[in-house]
Amino acid sequence: MGMASSRLVDRMTEILGPEGVISEREQLRAYECDGLMNYRVIPEIVVLPETAEHVQRIVRYCHDEGIPFVARGSGTGLSGGALPVESGVLIVLSRMRRILEVDIPNQRVVVEPGVINIWVSQAVADEGYYYAPDPASQIVSSIGGNLAENSGGVHCLKYGFTTNHVMGAEVVLPDGTMVNIGGGKAPDAPGYELLGAFVGSEGTLGIATKITLRVVRKPASVKTLLAAFKDTEEAGDAVSGIIGSGIVPAAIEMMDSLCIEAVETAVHPGFPQAGAVLIVELDGPEAEVSSQFDQTIEICEKANASEIRIAQDDEERALFWKGRKAAFAAMGRIANDYYVQDAVVPRTELGATLKRISELGSEYGMRVANVFHAGDGNLHPLVLYDNDVPGEAEKAEDLAGEIVMTCLEHGGSLTGEHGIGRDKMKYMPKMFTTEDMDTMQLLRCAFDPHHICNPGKVFPTPRLCGEKPGPFHMHPVQKAGLAENF
Amino acid sequence: MDTRTNNVSLGDLQGIVGEANAREANGSDEIDGVRPSFVAEPGSVEELSALMRFANDEGLAVAPRGGGTSSSLGNPPRELDLIVSTARMNEVIEHVPGDQVVRVQTGIRFQDLQERLAGSDQMLGVDPPERAAGATVGGIVAANSSGPRRHRYGTIRDLIIGVTVVLPDGTVAKAGGKVVKNVAGYDLGKLFTGSLGTLGVIATANFRLHPRPEAARTVAVELGDSAAAGQAAQAIMHSQLVPSAVELHWGEGHGLLTVLLEGITPAAEAQAEEAEFLLKGFGETRTLSDEEVDDLGPYAPPGSPGSGEEVALKIAFPPAELTGVLDSTLGACSRRGLDAPRITGQAGIGVLYVGLSGGDEDARVSVTEELREIWVRRGGSVVVRGAPLSFKRRVETWGRWAPGSSSPAA
Repeated sequence: MGMASSRLVDRMTEILGPEGVISEREQLRAYECDGLMNYRVIPEIVVLPETAEHVQRIVRYCHDEGIPFVARGSGTGLSGGALPVESGVLIVLSRMRRILEVDIPNQRVVVEPGVINIWVSQAVADEGYYYAPDPASQIVSSIGGNLAENSGGVHCLKYGFTTNHVMGAEVVLPDGTMVNIGGGKAPDAPGYELLGAFVGSEGTLGIATKITLRVVRKPASVKTLLAAFKDTEEAGDAVSGIIGSGIVPAAIEMMDSLCIEAVETAVHPGFPQAGAVLIVELDGPEAEVSSQFDQTIEICEKANASEIRIAQDDEERALFWKGRKAAFAAMGRIANDYYVQDAVVPRTELGATLKRISELGSEYGMRVANVFHAGDGNLHPLVLYDNDVPGEAEKAEDLAGEIVMTCLEHGGSLTGEHGIGRDKMKYMPKMFTTEDMDTMQLLRCAFDPHHICNPGKVFPTPRLCGEKPGPFHMHPVQKAGLAENF
Repeated sequence: MDTRTNNVSLGDLQGIVGEANAREANGSDEIDGVRPSFVAEPGSVEELSALMRFANDEGLAVAPRGGGTSSSLGNPPRELDLIVSTARMNEVIEHVPGDQVVRVQTGIRFQDLQERLAGSDQMLGVDPPERAAGATVGGIVAANSSGPRRHRYGTIRDLIIGVTVVLPDGTVAKAGGKVVKNVAGYDLGKLFTGSLGTLGVIATANFRLHPRPEAARTVAVELGDSAAAGQAAQAIMHSQLVPSAVELHWGEGHGLLTVLLEGITPAAEAQAEEAEFLLKGFGETRTLSDEEVDDLGPYAPPGSPGSGEEVALKIAFPPAELTGVLDSTLGACSRRGLDAPRITGQAGIGVLYVGLSGGDEDARVSVTEELREIWVRRGGSVVVRGAPLSFKRRVETWGRWAPGSSSPAA
C-alpha cells in the first residue's frame, strides 16, 4: 500500500474511527462489484459513515485532495453503477439505516439512505400505509440506491417510479456542501426541479443523506389472477386488450415457457405448463376492482387463455408473486450462467420485439428466457449460457446487446430500471446524439466540475468540464446561475 | 431601444422564420412592463434552433412564450429583446393510443390536445386553470402549472417522459424517450419543468397518458370553520377512497371542500356515497350537480385578470397543516385591514392559492411577509404568482428559502 493511501486511511480513521474503515485487500474484495459481476474493481478504501456529517467530511476531504469516490447502498444494482474506482474511496451507506420519522398525517416517512426498501412499508403497515415502489430486490436494496437508480418495480405501472415518491432529499454535493433539494413535507419547492434531475442520476451528482418519501394508503381491495396462454403473442393480445379497455392494472407481468420452467424448478409456485403466463393485479376501490376484474377475465378468455387462476387469499397471491420475483435467480436452475438484460419498447411493439428476440436466440444458438413488465413494455430477457464453455460469455453479452439494439429500433430505451451504470455506457451514443449527451454533461459539470463523483459511469466519453461543447460559448445552465465553473 | 438590437433588423429575423412570422413587438408583448423589440414565430425545431443561435450571436435577451398566460410569473425580466413564440409549432407528432403516449410540438394549446386525445378516450392527466385562457402544453411544462387533479395524477413533471429542448446557443438536445419507463441518461425533462424558459426553449415533449374516466361525481361539504376544513381533508386523505381531486374553496365567510370521484360509473357512485358518509361529521354534505361543478371550475385562479384581486400568492405547506394555513392567512388579512381573501387549492396535497384584495400595498406586503415568515419556517413556501410591478419590486417573488436549501432561480 502506497504512501498516499496510508494518509487516506489515517484521515478516514480520524473521521470514522477504525471500525468505519476497511483497507485490507482481502476485505476490500467483498466490495469489488455490485449485482453485476462482470465488472470488478478493488477500491483503495471502503468507508462506512454513520451520519450525514461523516459523509460530508469524507466527501469534502475527497474534494480537497482530488480523490474520486463512489457511493454504494446495498450493492444490488444490476448495471455496475456502484462499481468502485481504482485508487478511489467507496462510501458504503449501509450503516445509515435509521428511519428518522414516520409522519402519517402528512403521509411522509423520512429515512437515511441505507434503509431497506421494505422497511418503509413495514414501518407504516399498522397505519394502513405502504411505500409503493417495489423493485424485485426490495428486501435487500436500499432507499438511497433506489433513489440513485430511480427504481421501478412490478407496481410502477399504476403507482409510478421512485421519482414519483421521493419528495425531498438532503444531499452532500461533490464539493462537500450539504443542501436540501425538493420540498419534503410540503410540495412545490420554488426554484429549479433539481430533485427530478437528481433522482435517477446514478450517483453522479452527489450523495443523498436524508430522504423524504411519500407513502400511500393501502387499497381497499386487491384481486390477482394468473392466466396461461399458448404463447407470448396470445398473452400479448390479452395485455393490449386490458390496457385498451381503459383499465390501469396495479401490475401486469408476463413470463414465457422457459421462465415458467425455471421458476417451477426453483420455488414451486404451481404455475401451469404453458407458452406464457400473465399475472394481472388490480387494486383500488371495491366496486371498481370487482367490475374491472370480471372484465379482465373476459379479455383473457377472449385471448384464448387455457387456464385462469384467481388468487383466493393473500397467501395464494403471495405465491404468484413469489414465482414472479424469483424469476432471475431461478435461471440458475436451468443454466449455469445467465445475463440479465433490461430494455424497454412501446407497449404496442412488444409482439414484434419478442419475435425478433426469439429469432436472435436461434441465430446465436442460445436460449433466451423472457420475463417482463408487460404493462409498460419493460423487458427482461435472460440470456442463458455456460461460462465454462470458452467464448459463451462474450457471445451472451453480444446477443444481449443485439436485443437492446432491437428495442431501440422499435422506439424504446436502453434501460427501464437497471440504469446505464458501467454496463451500458457504450450504448448511450445509439440512443443519444453528442449534443444530447453534452447537454446532460452540462448538468453533471454544474454539480461535479472536477469529475470525482462516481466517475466513469453513464457517459461513454466524459467531457472535461473545462471543455466547451458546441461552437458557442454561452452555457444556459451557467447563464442561469446554476453553475459558475465549467 | 436597447443598443444591442440596433444591429438587428426585422429582416434578419424574417430571413430565419419567414416574412409573415416575425414582427415588431407592441404593447401586448410586454412582460411586467418590459417591452421587447421583436416577436418571432419559428415553425420547426430547425428554425427555432437557427433563431436561438442568431439571438445568441447578437447577444439578444430572449423570452420564450406559449399562450402567454403565465408570462409574468417570476421576477420581471432584467432585459428583453426578442420573444420567441411557439404558436406555429402546434402539431401532434405521434399518438399511439395503445401505448398511451403522445408526442407533441409544445406550441399546441392544451385544450386542443385534450380534445384530440378525448377521441381515443384518453387524456393528459393535468388540469391547470390556465388552460381555459389558452395555455400551451409547453407553457404548462415551463411554468409547471397544475390544477385539482394533481391529487391523483401528480403534476406535469410526473407525466413528462421525454423532451427536445433548444438551448440558448441553438443546440438541439433531447432526453428521455417515448416509453413510460426509462432511466437512460439524465431526466432533463424534469429539470426543464418549471424552469420558466430560463434554460432554453422546450420544443417537443412526450407524455404518459391516462384513460378518460367514464363517470365523475363531486361530493361537497360545507365547512363552518378552519378546523372543520383540516379535519375533513384529513378524513378523505386517510380513507381508502381514490379521489381525483380534493379542493378547498374558501371566501366571503363560507368554506366548501369538494371531493371529485372518477372512474367507471358504479365505482364513482359507490365512492361518492362513502365520501359523503365520511364527511357528514364536518358539515352539511351534498352531491353537486354538473352545473354547480361548472360554476366552481375550471375556476379562475385567485389574482387572475378580472378577479379584482391585486395580489395572488401560492402557499405550499405540509398537508396536515391546512387549518393553520387558513388561520394564519385569514388572521393576517383581517389584522392588516385587507378584505377576506379568496382561497382555493389542493387541500390533500398542501397547495393553496390566495387572492389578496382591499387595504393598501403596505398592508398586502406585510401580509405576504408575515405568511412567508410562518410557512417557510414550517417547511413550506409562499410564492408571489401575480402582482403589480410596484408590489413585485418590494417583495421577492420566490421568497426566502428554508435553511440549507438550494438557492432560488428565475
